[in-house]
Amino acid sequence: MSFLSIFYALIFYAATALLVVGLVRKIRQYAKTPAPLKIPTTPAPVTKGGVVFRMFKEVVFFYSLFRSNKWIWLFGWVFHLTLLIVLLRHLRYFTDPVWWWVDLIQPFGKYAAFGMILGLAGLWARRFLVDRVRYISAPSDHLMLALLLGIGISGASMTFVAHTDIVAVKVFFLGLMRFDIQPLPSDPLLLIHLGLVAVLMIIFPVSKLLHAPGVFFSPTRNQVDNPREQRHVADWAVAEFESAGDQQQSKP
Amino acid sequence: MADFDIPKIPEYPIIPKLEEGTMAHSSPFVAKPPHQEGLGYPTELVDNWENKAIEKMGDLLGKYRSFQVYLDSCVKCGACTDKCHYYLGTTDAKNMPVARQDLLRKVYRRYFTFAGKYFPGLVGATDLTKDVLDEWYSYFHQCSQCRRCSVFCPYGIDTAEISMAAREIMDVVGLGQKYCNEIILKAQTLGNNLGLPEPALKDTLVDLEEEVEEDTGVAVKYPLDEKGADILLVTPSADFFAEPHIDGLIGYGKVFHEAGVSWTMSSKASEAANFGMFIGSYANMRKLAMRIREAALELGVKRIVFGECGHAWRVAYSFLNTLAGPFDFLDPKYPVPQHICEFTWDLIQKGDTLRFNVEENDHMRLTFHDSCNVARGSRMGSYPGGQFDIPRNIIKTVCNHYYDMPQDTIHDATYCCGGGGGLLTDDLMELRVKGAMPRMAALKTVVEDHGVTNMAAICAICKSQFSKVLPYYDFGMDMIVSVHQLVSSAIVLKGSEQEAELDGVEEEETEEATA
Repeated sequence: MSFLSIFYALIFYAATALLVVGLVRKIRQYAKTPAPLKIPTTPAPVTKGGVVFRMFKEVVFFYSLFRSNKWIWLFGWVFHLTLLIVLLRHLRYFTDPVWWWVDLIQPFGKYAAFGMILGLAGLWARRFLVDRVRYISAPSDHLMLALLLGIGISGASMTFVAHTDIVAVKVFFLGLMRFDIQPLPSDPLLLIHLGLVAVLMIIFPVSKLLHAPGVFFSPTRNQVDNPREQRHVADWAVAEFESAGDQQQSKP
Repeated sequence: MADFDIPKIPEYPIIPKLEEGTMAHSSPFVAKPPHQEGLGYPTELVDNWENKAIEKMGDLLGKYRSFQVYLDSCVKCGACTDKCHYYLGTTDAKNMPVARQDLLRKVYRRYFTFAGKYFPGLVGATDLTKDVLDEWYSYFHQCSQCRRCSVFCPYGIDTAEISMAAREIMDVVGLGQKYCNEIILKAQTLGNNLGLPEPALKDTLVDLEEEVEEDTGVAVKYPLDEKGADILLVTPSADFFAEPHIDGLIGYGKVFHEAGVSWTMSSKASEAANFGMFIGSYANMRKLAMRIREAALELGVKRIVFGECGHAWRVAYSFLNTLAGPFDFLDPKYPVPQHICEFTWDLIQKGDTLRFNVEENDHMRLTFHDSCNVARGSRMGSYPGGQFDIPRNIIKTVCNHYYDMPQDTIHDATYCCGGGGGLLTDDLMELRVKGAMPRMAALKTVVEDHGVTNMAAICAICKSQFSKVLPYYDFGMDMIVSVHQLVSSAIVLKGSEQEAELDGVEEEETEEATA
């Protein structure tokens, strides 16, 4: 067994563990932290169903971003949409036999890579060309885009420039999932691609990528606008201010 | 007129290039020891304030999901950067919402995140120093907490939540703002922001009754502390003496009179405004809200109605039930609380109670300014967005000429007047004038395109801010009017001189026709 295969296997086990544990911790933190006041950005839906629809508009169509800035929407939405298609196409490397619909989207996934690259390039260009975005961009904001572009370009290169032994790659990943480490091909493009993906997994829960679970916990988007109809009060507020019970005894 | 440059209204809306530090000198007066003490805060910057501030930050992170999620979720996309009226008016980079949040986020990252602790340079994390604290004091008092940025952020990040948390942290280590804290203390101890005691209120209302009776021939009452009345009206204290606010109060009274409901105001709860929200203090906000509950219980009323006040309506609509509820001792047939506009519009829709002579307002061509807290932090009526329609419906009922400002400056995209969030103070005049620029530009458009002569609003802060700021832009200070002022001008009270005139004339005409 080559050192390389074992090394990458360990990296991916570690990356998976850090990603899962990190995300679970953060999601639990968000879920447990109370939202003591009703603060949906109005106009806001007055029913739970309405909130589901609002969230759907945001997560699927980036509705607020569209209203806000068409360029960011164009680059950002295209990037996320093509990322989704690419990720779903990649399921082929982790499932045996390959699911029928994953099979269907193979050609779309290949060309979606260009959408990803163009979207990311557009977003990165804005961080140089627009003074307001340049001002607010820290090194990590540039690096994040570089990381994702690196993943996209190295991945697309393996399809369109220099093929890799993807059969062996699939054997490696299936092996990982069954704790039976198989040899990993040593193509530089593949190693770069996988290495960068591992980095992405590791930094995910300690970076701004937390916007992914975060958006679902945003009180300005996920709260029902019914404060008059239903009393909404946090446990800590009751404990701190109402434990004497006098607020409940309202009938004189 | 001023010792600062008044922004020029551009020919068409543009996004200005940013400049650094143009408003770094702007900073409101610091609260004096009595104001701090009265609210339960230290009277000056405490020893070891850096640690205390971080401790308070941690405390707030555990109590407010918005604070925790928004500090993590910003991806620096820049969608918000051109949305803040203070950025557009001052071009100061730190007035871009994301940059304003980052003043706090860079400290959050340093002390509460892995990346900030071990790779601070990479993520722009910094220590909390006196320079940073001064920056917070300056720039978190250049945010009116209007929530415009939250409309346009992909995740709904609300800079107001960060601003409120920052001010609470500063208060807790002994750095408070004079304007807000002095006012909160007055409202808590005397019942209203202006410190008007009960005799002064009573006198004002008696004068008002005389004036209205002289004007109309009808004895419209403006009651105070009347036990057993149906409705408790809670209105901003500015309504008792300021122009054009007081004309709104006159209007509410006439509407109640025609509706035949018994109503009262309360000297104990003679303030709709709740500055506790501006300083991010749940405790102080609640203390103020509880006065209203207590007044309602003591006076034995069945309904609570709020007058024309912007942030007061957000607190009333969104937080009153939370802070001071449950209100099961009130009539369940009516929402608690209601807005005076909801009350008036309901009556107008019934069709048989209020009579108007719309020609009385013909000399005015109106537009309506959606106040930020009403637009983005509340609702009126039974469907989302009623807060846009109901005031406009009332205006259109009592005025023949109405025009909206450009679509991207109204409704939930409305521009803050520039004086909200605890910034309506003379020590922030430059900020107020510059922050008003986008709204002034929109107003200029309808003045030029439609000959608009007046702008109506339902917020006491907006009315005060516009009275002061309109002249800087070569508009008249009396351009700003209350919605219920328009109602008051047009309303024809039963048994009034106006009614006699109208009906008398009709009788004469009929006689002539049949002769």
